[in-house]
Amino acid sequence: MRILVIEDDREAAAYLVKALDEMGHVAEHAADGDAGAFMAEEGGYDVLIVDRMLPKRDGLSVIEDMRKRGDHTPVLVLSALGQVDDRVRGLRAGGDDYLTKPYAFTELLARVEALARRNRPADIETTYRVGDLVLDRLSHTVTRADAEIPLQPREFRLLEYLMRNAGQVVTRTMLLENVWDYHFDPQTNVIDVHVSRLRGKIDKGFEKPLLHTVRGAGYMIREAGPDRGGEAAWARSGG
Amino acid sequence: MGALGRLIRTTAFKLSLVYLVVFSGLTLFLTAYIANNTADLLDSQINDTIQSEINSLSDQYERGGLRQLVSAVDLRSRRPGASLYLVADSSGRTVVGNVADPPLSLLGLSDGAATTVSYQRLDGETSRRYDAVVRVFALPGGFKLLVGRDIGEISQLRSLIFDASRYAIIVMVLTGFVSWFFVGRSVLKRVENMAETSRRLMSGDLTHRLTVKGSHDEFDNLALSLNEMLDRIEALMTGLREVSDNIAHDLKTPLNRLRGRLEETLRRGGPVEDYREAITSAMEEADNLIHIFDALLKIARMEAGSSGDSFEALDAAGILDEIVELYEPVVEDAGGRLTLETARPLPLKGNRTLLSQALSNLIDNAIKYGQPEGGGLSIALTGTVEDGEVCLSVADAGPGIPEADRQKALSRFGRLDAARSRQGSGLGLSLVAAVARLHGGRFMLGDAGPGLRASLHLPRV
Repeated sequence: MRILVIEDDREAAAYLVKALDEMGHVAEHAADGDAGAFMAEEGGYDVLIVDRMLPKRDGLSVIEDMRKRGDHTPVLVLSALGQVDDRVRGLRAGGDDYLTKPYAFTELLARVEALARRNRPADIETTYRVGDLVLDRLSHTVTRADAEIPLQPREFRLLEYLMRNAGQVVTRTMLLENVWDYHFDPQTNVIDVHVSRLRGKIDKGFEKPLLHTVRGAGYMIREAGPDRGGEAAWARSGG
Repeated sequence: MGALGRLIRTTAFKLSLVYLVVFSGLTLFLTAYIANNTADLLDSQINDTIQSEINSLSDQYERGGLRQLVSAVDLRSRRPGASLYLVADSSGRTVVGNVADPPLSLLGLSDGAATTVSYQRLDGETSRRYDAVVRVFALPGGFKLLVGRDIGEISQLRSLIFDASRYAIIVMVLTGFVSWFFVGRSVLKRVENMAETSRRLMSGDLTHRLTVKGSHDEFDNLALSLNEMLDRIEALMTGLREVSDNIAHDLKTPLNRLRGRLEETLRRGGPVEDYREAITSAMEEADNLIHIFDALLKIARMEAGSSGDSFEALDAAGILDEIVELYEPVVEDAGGRLTLETARPLPLKGNRTLLSQALSNLIDNAIKYGQPEGGGLSIALTGTVEDGEVCLSVADAGPGIPEADRQKALSRFGRLDAARSRQGSGLGLSLVAAVARLHGGRFMLGDAGPGLRASLHLPRV
């Protein structure tokens, strides 16, 4: 994946570029708003990571310009401002996701990867498949090995989100935001309990588990267990 | 000069001056107008009187000749307040009359023309001369009849009116100056008072307030609203001071712990695993610090009252449903029960995220501290409408908080000693209180008998 990082803090940017490279992506860096806008216009990126406050030019105006040009490359907005209205402003300017500094790299990586998949066919597919688990978005049914699994509406949406991002790490915060539409972190491990209940319904009694916990990062649904190398990389990046 | 100069520069002085000039002008105009009209009226009255006397005397002359005229003039001259009469022959010699040495030129006047003369009465003191309006009438046979009327009274009246207006203006100017002096001085005094208070406030003593006299005038209103503003500023400043004190304590403590742990690991050396563990725990500590910091910022932003633009019409019952749905599995897994009992709808204007977070904090707290001794966790959420307020409450069956400690529990970083050992920012309830205030409501802690009842009272739409 080609990623453009527009961030004025050189040390943070260097760390980010290096970490993204280690995860197998190609990251480029622009240190101010003008350079960032120029590079974005050149195009060819799968995802943009844009800091809100930049020298020379505000990050949000760079995004607004892109959208005016008809460029729909997904953008993750980074900001030290994390209040409700800041987030709304960031998304209104054309950002696709909003992450408040300081952030964990695992959180950023999971979000960037989810954004890159946003414009893929998964969004218009009516059925998601992971191994023998099938989720039908039209009839709202879930089957595993052809046996129907009854789910609560919220459990269905949780599974739907996980399956849309199959093979990708999904963090707890992403689940809270996308499944519950809550933009704060509860002190209690509410998400873990919901996921473990879902796991009880879809994995219990089957030899091969599909819903995996990625230590220090979040969850992932995939047919094979998380490959050792991948998990190690995540663990290294997140701790 | 300093005090007088200040007094002259006051608005009261400028206003007094303007009014003084305007009213003096009006008074002058009015008196001049009245004096003029009165004089005109008196003049025409005198002329009429003179004319009618001339008519009746000439009548007498025509009927009874000179003799009857002379006796009539003689009779009339003796009456008190009589007019002036003079009958002269063609050579100008006085035949009869009460005017001494009339100027000869007078008798040469043509018929009917009135003129003002100075004269001396025959019956009065010789030294005194009077002013009068006279007319001369030529009688057949060369005789001339002069009839006149004293105008001393009119002059007196005129000077009376002008004197009166002069005094009126003098009194007015004096009153103007005196009232300006006193009004200006009292206004200046109150303004000085305000300036003095604000100087004290600026020097850092925020406890001072402007004096409210209770007269309900504009100064009182100004003082009242300024005092309200000062209350708000003081509350904010106190809050800020508390926060900085608490930051010093509650943020420095974990930072210190963090630093100490890293230093210890570095000093001791050891296998990579040890380093790994130290770094992991350091990151957890950092996350906790970030969490505290975020909560502080959020509270500060809310107390500055700047999230109002994100308010929308909401049904709080829906918010309760969602939060119960989120927390039910956690509470059940802990062997407890989470129940919801709510009226529907609970209409209010607010921010869903903030209200949800407030409820989430309260449920988190109930899970952490609301475990009854030897019993299962039981958390009850209720939504009611009371006295035009939407009341959202979270009650647990735990040990509760003694009434004396409730205020402390609400203060920032106010963790009761029992809770200090457990992890948490100590900002949970402060954040809830800030959310309530931002929504124009209140946050209260009460007794759920047994247990703690934490409730948000928000204005209903």
